[in-house]
Amino acid sequence: MKQTAEKSTSEDLTALEIQEINAIINHYEDHTSVAIEALNIVQKHRRWISDSTLKAVADFLQISLAHLESVATFDNLIYRQPVGNTVIHYCNSVTCWMLGSEQIREHLCQRLHVEPGETSADGQYTILPIVCLGACHRAPAALVGDELKIDLNTDAIDEILKR
Amino acid sequence: MDKPLTQNIHPDHDFTSLADYQKTGGYRGMRKALTELQPHEVTQQIKDSGLRGRGGAGFSTGLKWSLVPQKTSDLPDFQQTRYFVANADEMEPGAFKDRLLLEQDPHQLIEGIIIGAYAIQANIAYIFMRGEYRLAAKRVTYALQEARAQGYLGEHILGSDFNLEIYLHTSAGRYICGEETALLNALEGKRSTPRARPPHAVASGLWGRPTVVNNVETLCNVGHIIHYGIDWYHSLGLGADHGTKLFGVSGRVKHPGLWELPMGTPIREIVEEYAGGMLDGYQLRGFLPGGASTDFLLPEHLDVRMDYDAVAEAGSRLGTGTLIILDDKTCPVKMVLNMEQFFAQESCGWCTPCRDGLPWTVTLLQDIIAGQGRMEDLDTLAGLTRMLGPGHTFCALAPGAMEPLQSALKFFREDFERYIVGNNDELEYA
Repeated sequence: MKQTAEKSTSEDLTALEIQEINAIINHYEDHTSVAIEALNIVQKHRRWISDSTLKAVADFLQISLAHLESVATFDNLIYRQPVGNTVIHYCNSVTCWMLGSEQIREHLCQRLHVEPGETSADGQYTILPIVCLGACHRAPAALVGDELKIDLNTDAIDEILKR
Repeated sequence: MDKPLTQNIHPDHDFTSLADYQKTGGYRGMRKALTELQPHEVTQQIKDSGLRGRGGAGFSTGLKWSLVPQKTSDLPDFQQTRYFVANADEMEPGAFKDRLLLEQDPHQLIEGIIIGAYAIQANIAYIFMRGEYRLAAKRVTYALQEARAQGYLGEHILGSDFNLEIYLHTSAGRYICGEETALLNALEGKRSTPRARPPHAVASGLWGRPTVVNNVETLCNVGHIIHYGIDWYHSLGLGADHGTKLFGVSGRVKHPGLWELPMGTPIREIVEEYAGGMLDGYQLRGFLPGGASTDFLLPEHLDVRMDYDAVAEAGSRLGTGTLIILDDKTCPVKMVLNMEQFFAQESCGWCTPCRDGLPWTVTLLQDIIAGQGRMEDLDTLAGLTRMLGPGHTFCALAPGAMEPLQSALKFFREDFERYIVGNNDELEYA
């Protein structure tokens, strides 16, 4: 899936993507502001931001590719490599660490035969660490797709992977 | 009423609609502000209430608002427009308070924003929310629609001359975005690095215009203060500070959780009564009173009151008010390593002490834990806590990162030394 610079010609944004970006672009004095939300919108439809997608967004917003790349590589939730259907972000910050996030990571990786950052062979799941999810009183926690999962243990992980 | 912030939050119903919110007095503070008070009177009341920022810094909210230049016709053009921003980028390890307020009673935040925006005469406000808070984003979006349909947002709110739109901005996740000036850069669609100060945001913020940035919990107090008054608000605190605060406890206690209690509640009461004390088989060894970027305190500090000055006097910071418990079976050196890895990863890389100093800190701690440390490394770490400390960086990330380290070196030095001299086998840590 690696793309070389020569191959990364621009592709077009879909009508739906453009519609969703246009719905919020006027919230700001300067359209550059919509960059991160535009990436979020496009990623929602395409799962990740390829080089050509990045260029399409930059062209649409009329901002430089370098500027957009500087934002895309900075934020934790913009994926610049392909991910699976569901991304499992396990929290590895302090309380979750204390209460077993390393076991959660090990169990996830062992069940899916992956290392953190990798996608399972069937393309279902990508495992990534994430910083504190704000659920420390119900640690360990993870964000599974859009859903916050709390009080995790190996049984709960098995249950999540069964679906 | 002694629990204004959580009066609508019950375990059996998990969302407070506009109708629910108004049943308990919601939006009456807004009504009073917009129909009976001048903007500067609102600011004065918030100032007199003694409300201090609940995001961690504890700066006077009313004072911050008062620093925005008054809107007069002789102001230069660029200062005629001003912005109001709610900081919903909660990401401090150990903090889980704003999420509750956002998910379960979003109108309380919206009312606070309307009053704050009116006070500084901003016509556009943003809620800057971390991307991971997916449910909160849904709930806030819904509440904004309800408020708009009711005429609480838009033009001529309650028949006044005041117009306001509130937009939700969902971010893509980075701890530094919670820093006031880095948040402004993020909102402008830029890489989220902090800005040099001065100028402060109140003078030159979003797109160079006067901007106020307040934490979610801070803003949730505002409507109640305007509605119930300053005397009522002062009556809520137990110590030097006023009002209530969301206090949380996480770690190996019997009942980890979050409770709204008077400012100045003693730590012992929070840990032993509300959190139920330590789990069986574990002893309290220490705690971080307000998230990962606060200094450790010890069991001897349990009688300290949770307010800004009392915790500072004890050698730490109130921070977010969410305590992280260190038990006797968790290695404090490894715990500090976990937090320094977080800070090193989340450093934006803008200034050298933070960009280079934090990975260096991590490496030293890893070496020590791997049994490859030397006693001089402890001096180097102590040196780093000074070099990365206040005054050497653009923002508070690195100084915050040094707080748990410097206090761990002071209180748990024997744990570091045991790794270095090589007899850490006797440790019972997992």
